[in-house]
Amino acid sequence: MDGPHHSTATRDDVRHGRAAARPAADGAGGAPGDGHSSTTTIEVNGVPHTLAVDNRRVLLDLLREDLGLTGAKKGCDQGQCGACTVLVDGRRVNSCLLPAVALDGSAVTTVEGLADGDEGTDGDGLHPLQRAFLDRDAFQCGYCTPGQICSALGAIGEAAAGHPSHVTDPGAPPGRPVPLTRDEIRERLSGNLCRCGAYPHIVEAVEDVLP
Amino acid sequence: MKPFAYVRAGSLQEAADAFTARPGARYLAGGTNLMDLMKLGVEQPEALIDVSRLPLDTVEELPDGSLRVGATVRNSDLAAHPVVRDRYPALSRALLAGASGQLRNVATTGGNLLQRTRCPYFQDVTKPCNKRSPGSGCGALEGVHRDHAVLGHSEHCVATHPSDMAVALAALDARVELYGPGGARTVPAARFHRLPGDHPERDTEILPGELVTGVVLPALTAGLPSAYRKARDRASYAFALASTAAVLEVTDGAVSHAGIAFGGVAHRPWRARRAEEALLGATPTRAAFEEAVDLELSAARPLRDNAYKVDLVRNVAVDVLAGLASRTPDRV
Ligand SMILES: Cc1cc2nc3c(=O)[nH]c(=O)nc-3n(C[C@H](O)[C@H](O)[C@H](O)COP(=O)(O)OP(=O)(O)OC[C@H]3O[C@@H](n4cnc5c(N)ncnc54)[C@H](O)[C@@H]3O)c2cc1C
Ligand code: SF4
Ligand code: FES
Ligand code: FES
Repeated sequence: MDGPHHSTATRDDVRHGRAAARPAADGAGGAPGDGHSSTTTIEVNGVPHTLAVDNRRVLLDLLREDLGLTGAKKGCDQGQCGACTVLVDGRRVNSCLLPAVALDGSAVTTVEGLADGDEGTDGDGLHPLQRAFLDRDAFQCGYCTPGQICSALGAIGEAAAGHPSHVTDPGAPPGRPVPLTRDEIRERLSGNLCRCGAYPHIVEAVEDVLP
Repeated sequence: MKPFAYVRAGSLQEAADAFTARPGARYLAGGTNLMDLMKLGVEQPEALIDVSRLPLDTVEELPDGSLRVGATVRNSDLAAHPVVRDRYPALSRALLAGASGQLRNVATTGGNLLQRTRCPYFQDVTKPCNKRSPGSGCGALEGVHRDHAVLGHSEHCVATHPSDMAVALAALDARVELYGPGGARTVPAARFHRLPGDHPERDTEILPGELVTGVVLPALTAGLPSAYRKARDRASYAFALASTAAVLEVTDGAVSHAGIAFGGVAHRPWRARRAEEALLGATPTRAAFEEAVDLELSAARPLRDNAYKVDLVRNVAVDVLAGLASRTPDRV
């Protein structure tokens, strides 16, 4: 169940177990006293981590630097490219813009948390969408791929929950699942840039895993 | 980025008190604009007061037929809300035309209204900008201003407001609910954002420390045909060059209500009052829409490199209005 980078997750000053929300105002709440850091508990890929984080820490840096989970990538660091996309409480987000302190009590899933021995179609332990990206050759350099995969999983969930997109017929009945046509997939993944231009194959890979 | 304190507000009063204690603080909602500006050094708050967990995350139908949207409702949830899609389609469409799926999952109603301009000089602390640094000059006035305003700008600032959602709220006659040290008040959405005048550093009518608690969509425009259309440099994930939100009611072959707002062309959503007045009582033909929109745009003062926006917003607006008229059963 551990992803490739998961074993490094505990190498830092990370205590396991949940802690109460303790925002650090003026150093209160277990922070080192300058008022500029806070104690935060975030579950990552099923494992709770309690850390003292500088309030400036965004989720992306916490994942990469503090937990050693380098799957989520830093492209623009400004919410523009989608390479840092992860799921927070099941919703896709840009981790580069989220202060980690604000996520106290949240559950994060990164690309490392998707692979699951039970789900691989050919026993390779990959998530079906990861398998589809390989089968469809849906990348060149691979830098955008973890973000594309997390974003696509989020988008599939949103469509199933009846969330419309810009290309959904405004007259479509609210609350019903939205069929993911190619246009829908393209529009819903427009927040994920691919400098290698693998878009056509990315759309095919996503189509492969639709219910 | 400068270090800052972090406080999570448990109630409106706690948030307001935290601000009184630290006037250099900023409220944090989704953070999708604020964190970006902090990384750029444009914002340097001494503290963030996290308002994202305040109990303002619901959409409620009120007894008078209006719809109240809490300030922390996420843009994606608001766009998908069945009542919004059914009664205020322009709002849902405007939200879906903005940003990306990831950003909309985090962005809030309050934060969307209060997002800052995307003017590149504003975002670059090495450049002059009256909005960021009053008195330093306006880099865009004679500089790169293809994306800037054609209506209502001043020599001090020619920026546009980037929100799509705010344009729909202005056309739909929504009101913005505020809470602050002076108590609670509401402001019409169409007047919430300001024109730059001599004080481009003030984007909106909000007072220091005041919180947006929600927006109220009125019964007046509920269920009327409404739409939003946005012209941009690519088909998705780009800010508006020009956009239009409109709501149109036709009774006995004549326009009985018109709410029209332009986006991407001014420092605030531009409520096209002159066009609306010209249309009241008129037969809803394309020619009537063209005439009304041209009347509104006679006030346009394009900059050196953005005259294209006048034609663009004209065509978008006329198309939106004609589209709404063709959907109105009463059409002559
Ligand atoms: C790459 C990119 C593309 C984008 N494209 C578009 C687009 O096409 N169209 C569009 O409309 N937007 C677009 N956006 C902007 C996006 O919609 C905003 O960043 C978002 O709506 C801000 O909401 P937030 O909750 O994250 O606000 P925050 O970043 O948390 O806050 C923004 C501001 O509002 C203040 N604030 C927040 N909530 C309150 C409150 N309740 N009371 C008082 N003050 C408050 C904060 O102090 C801050 O000053 C884009 C953003 C990015 C990064
Ligand atoms: S247009 Fe406004 S925001 Fe842009 S540089 Fe000029 S003053 Fe600053
Ligand atoms: S690194 Fe977060 S969107 Fe580019
Ligand atoms: S595969 Fe290289 S950026 Fe997408």
